Amino acid sequence: MGKRQSYDGVVLCAPFTTAYQRYSIETAHWWIARALKGSLDLAGLRPSEIDGFTVSSFTLFPDTAVGLTQHLGLSPRWLDHIPMGGASGVVALRRAARAVQSGDADIVACVAGDTNHIDSFRLMLSSFSRFASDASYPYGYGGPNANFALLTDRYMQEFGATREDFGKICVAQRQNALSNPGAVMKKPLTLEQYLAAKPISDPIALFDCVMPCAGSEAFLVMSEEEAAKRALPYARISGAIERHNAHAEDPIQLRGGWSVDIDELWDMASCAPVDMDLVQTYDDYPVISAMQIEDLGFCPKGEAPSFLRDKDMTIKGDFPHNTSGGQLSAGQAGAAGGFIGLVEAIRQVTGQAGPTQVAGASSALVSGFGMINYDRGVCSAAAVITGGAR
Amino acid sequence: MTDPLPPPPKKNPQVRTVSPTRPPEARSRTALGLSAAAAEGRFALQHCDDCGKVQYPPRDACSGCLSTELRWKDTDTKGTLLAETTIHTSTKLYFRERTPWRTGSVQLDAGPVIICHLHGDCVRNGRVDIINRLDRSGQAVLLALPSQRSPHMEDDPQLRAMTSDPKHRRILITDARNPNTPEIVKALCDAGASMIFVGLSEAWRPSPTVDALSAMDKVDMLPLDVTDTHSVQKLAGAIGGKTDILINNARFLRPGGVLARSDTSFAKEEMEVNYFGLMRLAQSFGPAMASRTADGVNASVAWVNILSVHALSSQPEFGCFSASNAAARSLSQSLRAEFRASGLRVMNLYCGPTEDEWYQPLPPPKVTPQAVARTLVTGLQNGLEETYCGDVAKDVFERFRDNPLILERETTLAGDGA
Repeated sequence: MGKRQSYDGVVLCAPFTTAYQRYSIETAHWWIARALKGSLDLAGLRPSEIDGFTVSSFTLFPDTAVGLTQHLGLSPRWLDHIPMGGASGVVALRRAARAVQSGDADIVACVAGDTNHIDSFRLMLSSFSRFASDASYPYGYGGPNANFALLTDRYMQEFGATREDFGKICVAQRQNALSNPGAVMKKPLTLEQYLAAKPISDPIALFDCVMPCAGSEAFLVMSEEEAAKRALPYARISGAIERHNAHAEDPIQLRGGWSVDIDELWDMASCAPVDMDLVQTYDDYPVISAMQIEDLGFCPKGEAPSFLRDKDMTIKGDFPHNTSGGQLSAGQAGAAGGFIGLVEAIRQVTGQAGPTQVAGASSALVSGFGMINYDRGVCSAAAVITGGAR
Repeated sequence: MTDPLPPPPKKNPQVRTVSPTRPPEARSRTALGLSAAAAEGRFALQHCDDCGKVQYPPRDACSGCLSTELRWKDTDTKGTLLAETTIHTSTKLYFRERTPWRTGSVQLDAGPVIICHLHGDCVRNGRVDIINRLDRSGQAVLLALPSQRSPHMEDDPQLRAMTSDPKHRRILITDARNPNTPEIVKALCDAGASMIFVGLSEAWRPSPTVDALSAMDKVDMLPLDVTDTHSVQKLAGAIGGKTDILINNARFLRPGGVLARSDTSFAKEEMEVNYFGLMRLAQSFGPAMASRTADGVNASVAWVNILSVHALSSQPEFGCFSASNAAARSLSQSLRAEFRASGLRVMNLYCGPTEDEWYQPLPPPKVTPQAVARTLVTGLQNGLEETYCGDVAKDVFERFRDNPLILERETTLAGDGA
């Protein structure tokens, strides 16, 4: 395998999040337009000035990125549509960065957004994937809750994790969300409330589940000179990986694709887990955050519960994690759930996170995980980003 | 341990009957191979012809070697339960109304890991046996059973939801004069049926079969002539709302193909009973049965047709009778489609020549009434759509599945006698 080329000279800027809403009567197009405009406004750019565009969304049907160019009046020379759910943020970053590096595009807008109507979640479930229709939904139709319940059950058996361990992750994220005015969840959560919550699909209970909502996220990828010329705060990409359908032979998913590429990620970034000022994991369920903390090298396999036991995962703590509240407390805005951690991390390392700012943050690890095609998440991705000029 | 299923309380006529809801029906065309196997009660998965890898979920290409030569084969049912969950909330009404509902991940000895329904007696890390059944959408689902039988295991609510078990159910058998009726009644009573209605035509005609039935417990003999629309409607008016399983064993049979007869009178009689009889029964009983498929412990559950296996391919010595059975089989497929939305299952039981007067000239093996009864009850307990009784029926079906044109050729040879 050849050595990966660096992402030198490419930067991320103009991170924008549209405040999430539990339900919306608007469309995905509307939400995507809001985030794109928000990001362009931050950068002082007109829509005609971007020449690359990538979008991720579940509720855009029957449209794709193609339909959006005409709908939004864009004429890019580089266009992508990334159907990777929770991994789409980091994957968008990787593709856009290579496009800019190679000169296929100068400024790429990366956007994700979804609406949430009363019946959206149920309808999305009904047409998610062929394997899901054939082999997962007929079994109780518990959606991802039931799939991840099986995974959580196995993780608890294998590694002796307890519900309290997962509760700690959820409670800390709720604490972080209280500082994020755009979060859907506004009330504090105690460990007692977490443990006493309504069962959803044992061992998963209410606060292990994300709240589906409407929302959108966007950021721009451009050359460092371009960002400097426009006096935009930016983040550099130290390293990034992605992997699909790893460990297919594992009977139940207890590890993700990160474990295949992790050494390369840290080599490329020339740093180590301990150098990170904050970590943004993909948190569709707390067990998945635990899995990422292990697979990304913060602790050995199965030891995330004990590793986290003496950590403070809040904004002011010694292991700031999912600083905007993550999907568990800010909400899961469809495919924007694959962007929430990345957009927040860009804000953090560029000192623009406002109420959720981790003091002095300059390095962040962002991880993505997506698409329960049948019994497990298929896509995994991660990136290390660092603050550039402020 | 499964709690034994108590008999249902008497129905309160003031309470609204629950509308039938269904589990998800959508499947890829490839996955219908699993449903086709479930219709016959078999557990089959795709095996790669080139590398032997067993596939699941159903695929169009081998995940080991990319070969597209995948074949459905009966597969080892044994496995180990890796993880389990009890679902308390579901966005699908069918499950929402039935929570808590257990599912699990099973590592099959054959290779793949499956997500499946869990019988209540399965324990984590325990050995299980997988069965493939049709659920109320008419599509295949896999269910793990404990590898050791447990008491009352057939009363498990998740298992019962997939089957047409006669226990605590009220059943109509349409023809008291058919020699197989007493054995069917006996087998159903042994399986826990609560009440057997038996249709009797021309009550004045003496019959030892009818005499035997009169002496049996739980039997209620009621006037029914399937060739008379008014008679069928009248009986449906009386018991249609409490018929949970209908078994149509009415049959009119005379030997002969087309040229053996000089007119169409027997053929008309065969069609009146074997084809129009089924249609009359369906038109009168079908709607009420289809509306009661979610009506508690004794919800309506199945419609059974007893047909000649020569419904599949003609037996020239009984050519006209075969034709009437082919018509009835075709009608049963329409009926199956029309019942599908309600979850009411149509089971066809195909027989070879039976041990009775009209098949007297044919050589053995012949199907006994006991065999018909056994196949029927097992079919209901396994929730089948298609089942074959006796060696002749199984043989004809195997040949039919292999190549219907060869089967036709070999059953219509004229002989080299001259």
